[in-house]
Amino acid sequence: MNQTKAKAAARDAYGRTLVELGRKHRDIVVLGADLSSSTRINWFAEEFPERFFECGIAEENLITIAAGLATCGKMPFASTFAVFGTERAYNQIRQAIAYPNLNVRLVCTHSGVTVGPDGASHQTTFDIAIMRVLPNMTIIVPADAPETAVAVKSMIEHNGPIYMRLGRTSVRTFYDDDYSYNGVKQRFEIGKSVELRSGSDLTIICNGVMVAEAMDAAETLYSEGIDTRVINMHTVKPIDEEAIIKAAVETGAIVTAEEHSIIGGLGGAVAEVLARKNPVPVEMIGIQDMFTQSGEADELLKLYGLTSNEIASAARRAVKRI
Amino acid sequence: MGDHSRQLIKDLEEKTRLFRREILEMTFKAGSGHPGGSLSAVDIITVLYYHQMRVDPKNPKWADRDRFVLSKGHVCPALYAILAEIGFFPKEALWTLRRPESILQGHPDMRLTPGVEMSTGSLGQGLSVACGMALAARLDEKDYAVYCMLGDGEVQEGNVWEGAMFASHERLDNLIAILDRNRLQIEGFTDDVMTLDPLEDKWKAFGWTVLELEDGNDIKQILTVLDKAVERQGKPKIIIANTIKGKGVSFMENRAEYHGRALSPDEMKRARQELEIPGFKVD
Repeated sequence: MNQTKAKAAARDAYGRTLVELGRKHRDIVVLGADLSSSTRINWFAEEFPERFFECGIAEENLITIAAGLATCGKMPFASTFAVFGTERAYNQIRQAIAYPNLNVRLVCTHSGVTVGPDGASHQTTFDIAIMRVLPNMTIIVPADAPETAVAVKSMIEHNGPIYMRLGRTSVRTFYDDDYSYNGVKQRFEIGKSVELRSGSDLTIICNGVMVAEAMDAAETLYSEGIDTRVINMHTVKPIDEEAIIKAAVETGAIVTAEEHSIIGGLGGAVAEVLARKNPVPVEMIGIQDMFTQSGEADELLKLYGLTSNEIASAARRAVKRI
Repeated sequence: MGDHSRQLIKDLEEKTRLFRREILEMTFKAGSGHPGGSLSAVDIITVLYYHQMRVDPKNPKWADRDRFVLSKGHVCPALYAILAEIGFFPKEALWTLRRPESILQGHPDMRLTPGVEMSTGSLGQGLSVACGMALAARLDEKDYAVYCMLGDGEVQEGNVWEGAMFASHERLDNLIAILDRNRLQIEGFTDDVMTLDPLEDKWKAFGWTVLELEDGNDIKQILTVLDKAVERQGKPKIIIANTIKGKGVSFMENRAEYHGRALSPDEMKRARQELEIPGFKVD
């Protein structure tokens, strides 16, 4: 069952893994935009100063320099806060990375509302929506630190641009350090979701910090007689259509849960698949169509209904609609 | 260096006449495109590909090649004509410009067109991309140079100045920018739309070596300034090239209206008379 583990920050796992990969792969270069210590790429910079480039407070520059390096066979990892890395350089991402399908890895931290007290200017709740419409773009939202580590490693073999979204705060670690869950070693594959809990009455499809909340909700629901499946949809694009359709056919109702707007994110992606392939009732847990406020991460998750309680309520509504 | 034979200059001038005609023919056939800026830039790009740069049309991805980033991507008809003539792809492709399935898109696409180094068209991005290429050369200990052509209207984009700062910060002396100063953009004279001068002072203030090219449509002058530009002295260089938009066709010169439209049939007739080339055929 769901054990309580130590808290760890995904960005720490990112920074550590990048250093590890840098030792093996000489083509990895890392670019920052004055947020190197916040994003933990400073650890790479300390070990490989010749392969680290500071681009200044200039996200358009960050993205286009990464693109130029990628045309020459390098594998650039560019990191800053999610709100700036996506929105401040969107046309550059589109024109210089997604369109030419270059091997740039845009790994952004401080995403969602859990960035906290900095408020709406720094909270990005629609980055997935804008990145998801870019052809060629792959989008990964890891559940915790151990999943971040395996996800970053998986990027080495992948061809094409990737956006990975990480948070600022330490979150409940869900997987063991070796990416085991409940004693079973998991396999991370881009585009392939992971069923964390089987169930036949309803499926919760979630990612990021909402995975742990979803597992708690499933436990509550089970005690009420609702046998709940939980799918960790760590890759939002390309989305695992097969797992979504299977869940719809076998369980009859879906709840999505994400730390992102209910417009255009994981919920939207799941609904698009279901509307086309196998319509079933869907309830979405996420941020409503609004700008969010300052507050501590835990306060904000509660304020915006990103909790196991809200997921459980949504599940009860969904089951009634079957 | 600096001693360019009359024959070389004459040969290149002849080539640019052919490319001018092709630029007009291909955009005329397509029914759209950007002939004005293509005509201001074509002489410089011709000298780059025929004399200056180390490229191999048979091996477009040769790791040691010099790179050319056409940041003002809309003048790609000039680049396409040159790449076809030196053998990166068959000339027939020119007459498919801007058509579905063509390898020649309305703006450069590095995945579709052999010899095109970067997908451009959204202005302001090429200089930073060129910085990335220049950094890669340093990392790989290669001595190739990276050339980047900017439009003068284009430098109104902020991304250009982010790249300019970065290039001097990193002392990218294998980077050579060329600013096609034709003084016109879609809405009219650049200085009416947005004052650019003093351009030279701006680039100097950003830590660049600035080279002035009095006539950027004069082959001899282009050859001479590029000889100077390749010297590596710890700083990026920019050539501010004074050019004439629509150069080579009397009624197109210095006219903003030819920025983004193909010639009419009547205009094309007149242009063909001015750029008569014995035996020239489309197809």
